[in-house]
Amino acid sequence: MTKTPDRPQVPSLEIHDLTVAYHQKPVLWGIDISITSGRLVGIVGPNGAGKSTLIKACMGLLPLSSGWVKFFGEPFSRAATRIGYVPQRESVDWDFPVNVMDVVLMGRYGRLGLLRRPGKADREIARQCLEKVQMLPYANRQISNLSGGQQQRVFLARALAQEADLYFMDEPFAGVDAATEAAIVAVLRELRDQGKTILVVHHDLPTARQYFDDLVLLNMRLVAYGKTEDVFTAELLQKTYGGRLTILSEVASALGTAR
Amino acid sequence: MVSKKQLRFIFGWLALLIAPVALHAAQVSDVVETDLVEQLARFFSMRDPSLRFALIGSILLGISCGLLGGFIVVRKMALMGDALSHAVLPGVAGGFLWNMEKDPVAILVGATIAGLLGSAMVSALTRTTRIKEDAALGLVLASFFAAGLCLQTMIIQNLPSGTQSGLDKFMFGQAAALGWDDVALMSAVTLLAVVMVALFYKELLVTSFDEGFARASGLPVRWVHHGLMLLLAMSVVIALKAVGVVLVSAMLITPAAAAYLLTDRLHRLLTLAVVFGVLAASVGAFFSFVGKNLPTGPLMVLGASTVFLGAFLFGPRYGVLSKWWARRSRSGRTQRENTLKAIYHVWENEGAALEGVSLKALAEKRRATLEEIGREVNSLERHGLATVNGPMVYFTPAGRQRSAEIVRNHRLWELYLTNSANIAPDHVHDDAENIEHVLGEDVVRELERRLGYATHDPHGKAIPSVQDVHQNAGLTGEAGKRGGA
Repeated sequence: MTKTPDRPQVPSLEIHDLTVAYHQKPVLWGIDISITSGRLVGIVGPNGAGKSTLIKACMGLLPLSSGWVKFFGEPFSRAATRIGYVPQRESVDWDFPVNVMDVVLMGRYGRLGLLRRPGKADREIARQCLEKVQMLPYANRQISNLSGGQQQRVFLARALAQEADLYFMDEPFAGVDAATEAAIVAVLRELRDQGKTILVVHHDLPTARQYFDDLVLLNMRLVAYGKTEDVFTAELLQKTYGGRLTILSEVASALGTAR
Repeated sequence: MVSKKQLRFIFGWLALLIAPVALHAAQVSDVVETDLVEQLARFFSMRDPSLRFALIGSILLGISCGLLGGFIVVRKMALMGDALSHAVLPGVAGGFLWNMEKDPVAILVGATIAGLLGSAMVSALTRTTRIKEDAALGLVLASFFAAGLCLQTMIIQNLPSGTQSGLDKFMFGQAAALGWDDVALMSAVTLLAVVMVALFYKELLVTSFDEGFARASGLPVRWVHHGLMLLLAMSVVIALKAVGVVLVSAMLITPAAAAYLLTDRLHRLLTLAVVFGVLAASVGAFFSFVGKNLPTGPLMVLGASTVFLGAFLFGPRYGVLSKWWARRSRSGRTQRENTLKAIYHVWENEGAALEGVSLKALAEKRRATLEEIGREVNSLERHGLATVNGPMVYFTPAGRQRSAEIVRNHRLWELYLTNSANIAPDHVHDDAENIEHVLGEDVVRELERRLGYATHDPHGKAIPSVQDVHQNAGLTGEAGKRGGA
């Protein structure tokens, strides 16, 4: 319960004994992670490992069965404006009647709070963020006229407009073109160099090794967390992706039906 | 699907049960029997206070329904609006039972509570059981509606003045039955809706577009949702007396759906939805007043549907006619470009020294009659792409350039498919036939670069180079002189 948010020893993100269940069926068991600032962290694991669940639970989008999560020493509700989020691209309706600028401005809403409208300064920030992802020429486009990669850049620009200290990104590289992937990686590294913490859900192992400083290997429970060169080992990957978890998932379904 | 079937079944019985009462009750013009001209004069002079109330009430309900309907449509909650409007019925009867008179405030409170209870039951059912939202909506809607019908029938039967209680008006609506207190309440609710939407527009926008992001930004997503549901329930209730339970959801959905076809920005969508709502509601009130035996609610909904039909057909971007027109002009262009290409091919085959191409050779190449070819080259002439002189046709400079571009696109694409996609040379022609008309300049540059500025296509034909396309003299110069002469 320390009230000094920015001392170096306070981790950007501290997850303690986090357990999440869908309909009583656990999907994440007892996760403990502590991440310091200025790290670019990849979250990898097989399908159904609970990667998206982990970041959603951190932000309170899913109820926790047990455990707690602290950002800069504070609970989410008090640190919300310091946290940025890039949801999965498929999670929204791209026919929604807004243009690119409207979407990026949404990144300012959390800081504005209730009853205040985005003003000139917010528009200027939104423009700069669009410029960073090379989408400024598209500012007035209706979002349904964008390609997948462009949609992903718009989401990234919206997150940049949040001016957060810690970012969660859910599969930002899914279904984007090579140019967009390179542009996103460049932006992520720039953020990291500014001392921000970035957690990225990622499903491609070869690029995971290239892109991230640290890796969280996840498969319903935390397999390993550490520097990429330390945890990217055949043994740990086998533990993450291999078929040794059948017992755990069977117990999970048993728990789901028993309760 | 289940819910729709249930609905139809219930409506069938309902119509049999209450149609006679409702049709009788829903005559706006039962005030005085007059002829059409006099009715029109009465409508536009606004002498009747009841007519004034009817019109003001209709406009107010158009505003509130249009505004909130916009959110319902973009949040994909249209069915929820329908369920809500049926779920309020027991509350209407309950509000009446409160003090046994038509107190609009008691009815508003009762109906709003019933409506919110209904929507809460839908979300409880979907959360706690394996029943999905559509079935839950159908189930709750039908149960509440049935309960409301029973309550209402009991009240009407047990009161000596039952038919005068006005409860029957809530089924199909009667704008002429609106009184001063109804209109006052409608103004209050509409004002509340407009103010709340203006104040919380940004929260409504972000929660409608991306709920997860809104919650991650620390915005009170639950409260926004509940507030919207409350406003929705209240505006459904104030609209009930004019439109009726059965059709009120149409006044939420239809104007907003029409607006959705016309614009790509939410604030414009809401404005248009309000305009359409007001238009439909006042047109409904007008016709129901002029045509003596016509009920208000259905007329308003027909008005809204007409607006929707207009947007569906004539919307500049998503309208059916506009799309058809765009397709037509595209196919006309494709046709002209194919003719240009054929002229190029003939010219290429017969030797580049040739000044023009004979219509006969062209007809053979296109496997068409001379008349058809005549029509095609006339179309080229109208668009300034070629000139016709007796039996010969000549390119204009623009036509020459476009034809070379088309041929180049075709051959580049064939080469690309053969070289880079490993498709057999005899399979690539049909694909290139379509692609040649849509390849953009930058894609062509990229293709040229990737193919190492190749000069010949897989069939050994020369690919017109950039020079051929842009600095062409030869045929063009001659044709230009001939055309000019």
